[in-house]
Amino acid sequence: MTHPLLRLEGVEKTFGRNQVLRGVDIDVARGQSLVIIGGSGSGKSVMLKTALGLMTPDKGTIFFDGDDVTQATGKAREKMRARIGMLFQSGALFDSLTVWENVAFRLINSEGMRRKDAKERAIETLKKVRLGPDVGALYPAEISGGMQKRVSLARSIISEPDLIFFDEPTTGLDPITADAINDLILEMVRGLGAAAVTITHDMASARKIADEIAMLYEGQIIWRGPAKDVYASGNEYVDQFVNGRAEGPIQPAL
Amino acid sequence: MQNPIQLIGRATLGLFSEIGRLAVFAGRVKGAALTPRWYGGEILRQMVRIGFYSLPVVGLAAVFIGAALALNIYEGGSRYGAEQFVPSIVVLGITRELGVVITGLMLAGRVSAGIAAEIGAMRVTEQIDALETLSASRYRYLYAPRFIAALITLPVLVALADIIGVMGGWLVSVYGLDFDSTVYLRNTLDFVTTNDILAGLIKAVVFGGVIAIMGCYQGDRSQAGATGVGRAATLSMVGAAVLILAFNYVMSTLFVEIGL
Repeated sequence: MTHPLLRLEGVEKTFGRNQVLRGVDIDVARGQSLVIIGGSGSGKSVMLKTALGLMTPDKGTIFFDGDDVTQATGKAREKMRARIGMLFQSGALFDSLTVWENVAFRLINSEGMRRKDAKERAIETLKKVRLGPDVGALYPAEISGGMQKRVSLARSIISEPDLIFFDEPTTGLDPITADAINDLILEMVRGLGAAAVTITHDMASARKIADEIAMLYEGQIIWRGPAKDVYASGNEYVDQFVNGRAEGPIQPAL
Repeated sequence: MQNPIQLIGRATLGLFSEIGRLAVFAGRVKGAALTPRWYGGEILRQMVRIGFYSLPVVGLAAVFIGAALALNIYEGGSRYGAEQFVPSIVVLGITRELGVVITGLMLAGRVSAGIAAEIGAMRVTEQIDALETLSASRYRYLYAPRFIAALITLPVLVALADIIGVMGGWLVSVYGLDFDSTVYLRNTLDFVTTNDILAGLIKAVVFGGVIAIMGCYQGDRSQAGATGVGRAATLSMVGAAVLILAFNYVMSTLFVEIGL
């Protein structure tokens, strides 16, 4: 019997008096691209960090490839993370390292690959995201925001993960660059056959890269369905969100 | 409104929980520093940043402290006709106390606050989360190299500060107070003992640990935004300075007790 690659069951997370996640149930199959939409403060980033093991849930269980990794530490956590790539909203590139060292970071520091070999792999991977070898020698501060996202994408795919998380991949980019990033995400995910979980509130991006879309509202998944059905979901919260209306059951986060 | 006893109780609990968190953090950093894997390149890079780049500020501080010390001892000693003790008191004061304390305090500002600001900025820009997702422990990759580098470089900096501080006293004594250069240096070398130098160097190792741990700890706990990073830098500098002075007193007492 096959099991989902990632499964969250009844995950809850509270900060002080603020309950951010109120029993999230979600799963992602191999090769599937799931996009999670939701407004600011709906708990998307916390859900992603909990799934990655950067935060521990107060309640609930997280399964990765059938194994309970909710409380995993040490080697078990490292083994799981070796199969996961992550593109952070800010890029989160290491300032003190060059672009190629950022891309090859996992190969050098976690897999123990020789720097010369790792550099070759990093340059090859940069080519996949349409960046030339000359960019490899630059520092993150010397390249544009769009290029930083592409470098971060290259870093997340270099070790050919089974699952890639994308945290707001198009935020802060102009529409053309954002579309180019969407194309690259699709190309990389399809090329690797990896599962992808993307959190975003950019509907153009969601429609383009999603097989399925789920909506997170007040710490719970309130709707999930095929991407083509998102504009005819029959859910008033989803309707308001995808059409970007201020009037409706969701109060704007002002 | 809370009554004073509640306030005192809350503050006491807060203090002890902070000490507990700091102790657990220090234990983790020490554990990462003592067991493989070590990032040699990072350790070397930190040794250059903590040690080499601190040389000018430590050297300048030491020469002025040595010079001022010589002047004050001469002034005080002349009241009892004891000017000849200037070389011995300068070298004793510099090697056992001032060289190491001044170096420690200068590095609490330059290094500890710098580490806290750097790690705090990494925390708020998600670089530390990125590190963890790339299967690299922040304790091993970020904190242990800084800790090891500080433990190694502080004694070297203090040894240099001792020499430069003594030379500061020599400069003022020879060119301002009419001491004979050869006699001054001979008195200095005859008076100073291995124990005096060793006492300062042992303190330097401890201060190195304090500086690195406080910087890493406050940076790791940094809150979001420029204010959070600024606060982390301030807290690390103040915390490191207070701990250096406290440990200095405790160790001085201990060294007197054991005859070091």
